[in-house]
Amino acid sequence: MDKTVNQKAWFLVLPVFLVVAFSAVLPLMTVVNYSMQDTFGNNQFFWNGVGWFKELLDPSTDLGGRFLASLGRNLFFSLVILAIEVPLGIVVALSMPRQGWTVAACLVILALPLLIPWNVVGTIWQIFGRPDIGLLGYVLNAIGIDYNYVSNDIDAWVTVIVMDVWHWTSLVALLCYAGLKSIPEAYYQAAQIDGASRWAVFKAIQLPKMNRVLLIAVLLRFMDSFMIYTEPFVVTGGGPGNSTTFVSIELVKIALGQFDLGKAAALSLVYNLIILIVCWIFYTVMTNAGAERKPQEGAA
Amino acid sequence: MARIDLVDLAHSYGGNDAPQDSFALKPVTMTWRQGGAYALLGPSGCGKTTLLNVISGIITPSRGKILFDGEDITPLSTQKRNIAQVFQFPVIYDTMTVGQNLAFPLKNRGVPKAEIDKRVAEIGRLLDLDPYLNRKATRLTADAKQKISLGRGLVRSDVAAVLFDEPLTVIDPELKWQLRSKLKALHRELDLTMIYVTHDQTEALTFADTVVVMHDGRVVQSGTPAELFDKPAHTFVGYFIGSPGMNILPAEVRGREARIGGHVIALNRSYDSLPPSAKIEIGVRPEFVEAVAPAPGLLSAKIERVDDLGRIRFARARLGDAKLAARAPAGFTSPDGTAGLKFDPSHVHVYADSLLVEGAA
Repeated sequence: MDKTVNQKAWFLVLPVFLVVAFSAVLPLMTVVNYSMQDTFGNNQFFWNGVGWFKELLDPSTDLGGRFLASLGRNLFFSLVILAIEVPLGIVVALSMPRQGWTVAACLVILALPLLIPWNVVGTIWQIFGRPDIGLLGYVLNAIGIDYNYVSNDIDAWVTVIVMDVWHWTSLVALLCYAGLKSIPEAYYQAAQIDGASRWAVFKAIQLPKMNRVLLIAVLLRFMDSFMIYTEPFVVTGGGPGNSTTFVSIELVKIALGQFDLGKAAALSLVYNLIILIVCWIFYTVMTNAGAERKPQEGAA
Repeated sequence: MARIDLVDLAHSYGGNDAPQDSFALKPVTMTWRQGGAYALLGPSGCGKTTLLNVISGIITPSRGKILFDGEDITPLSTQKRNIAQVFQFPVIYDTMTVGQNLAFPLKNRGVPKAEIDKRVAEIGRLLDLDPYLNRKATRLTADAKQKISLGRGLVRSDVAAVLFDEPLTVIDPELKWQLRSKLKALHRELDLTMIYVTHDQTEALTFADTVVVMHDGRVVQSGTPAELFDKPAHTFVGYFIGSPGMNILPAEVRGREARIGGHVIALNRSYDSLPPSAKIEIGVRPEFVEAVAPAPGLLSAKIERVDDLGRIRFARARLGDAKLAARAPAGFTSPDGTAGLKFDPSHVHVYADSLLVEGAA
């Protein structure tokens, strides 16, 4: 067992170490470093230990109050758009044609909103909803509905939610459609022979077969909506007041608006941690669901 | 339970106005008796699955009628026909247990719970599924899943016929035998009409008492395995059934004689009124041609090789352009590569344009 010892081999690994260090480790450690300190500008830093983290989790402080409130708003937002987009996406996928040229047409139309950059979507809805020149805002007010997303909390929320539904339901629908397309025709024929109603077919065949793509859709939509920044920022700027200030908007306000690097660093670490944990939960659930289905796929 | 009549039934995927040559199922009229075990046999694309789907109602035929016990059910949907169908790949409702899978067709039809439980228990026992009734159906093997598919059909007490669409494709060879004998046993026990689609002649011949051979959208012959073997109505049947298939040789036939390249083969019956422009061939199964040492008066052929199938040997011979197989009796050798062929006159059939011609006695 003669192993060749050649320490020069380390030079081959070095580039990777350098790239990872400069692109991931150092920036992350800088944030960790900031999160333990306070600064009043002039590049002067003061040690604060875990002070910011304590404040973050304490709603009675300014930082904690703002963070927890925006976190609550963000979770509520994610739940609402999931509750709308997932069922709506399923319905859209179910009502799409299975064959013919209309399939391509539907796919293109569905894909369109997904191709529009975030801030353009924000701008579209910002103008669309304006009571003075926007089509939506003007028409709503003209028919007697008092709608103004700049001054009314609920109007602002409705606008942000409808915008997200408009932008992202397609993604859920496309994923579901792919799931539906993979169901062999024999399943529908067997269900017909078994006398299944439309609802029974959905419950017994389509929903179980869409299970996996739905999990992916929920994961993607949750992560995306939890990290949402650009669209609501362009439309409402987080207002009126703080009513549509989500975590990322709050973070930017603290980091760039107030230049509180310590607080912002602590907040972004916690924010990051939440996202990682949610990711991990979804990943575990998905791989478990996958493992459970393995033998069946081998047989079929 | 029902007698099934097909009346001038045809189907074209291109619509009724398409030329008849393109029909997936060319017009067929036949009767399937109640309680029979039928096999639809033919190569891929011969229209057997189309015929099956027409009977189950998945496809509405372009032409003709289907009668169950004399009642026209052509316009009825699949749900309304009392048909059970088992598909090539097992269809299982993933989220349900085996028992719930079996109960599904009854639940959909609003059968009372007590009745459902009774039927499910009964069918579970019949198919040896009772140990699994409370287990998730997804984790079972392919053959158990096929049994569940079958059970979903049998669980309805009013089922008229059970249709099988190549149900053993995904089953391991060893289990195939078991499942096939199970089907046979069920057929005897339940007195159901069973229709079994397959391209495997062994499967068809062992399962069915009547085999319906299809070729190019047409039913070319329907009969017992023995009839198909002894008297193929079409050269395709002769060739498709039997291993090796029937020898088909172009010949001139006059009276009680067939001539191949000037050599005369005696026939048992007389063929005087053959259509003059038809392509005339004789067909004889390899089992009824014997390869012997060349002798004057015997048709002589070049021997290419001898296949030993264990219990029987077949000599593969060449006769001009035509190839044929002949039984090689024990001790047969052909040192110079030629052999004489002895035909059994009672098993030589005459075909005009591929169709069997009945000679006069």
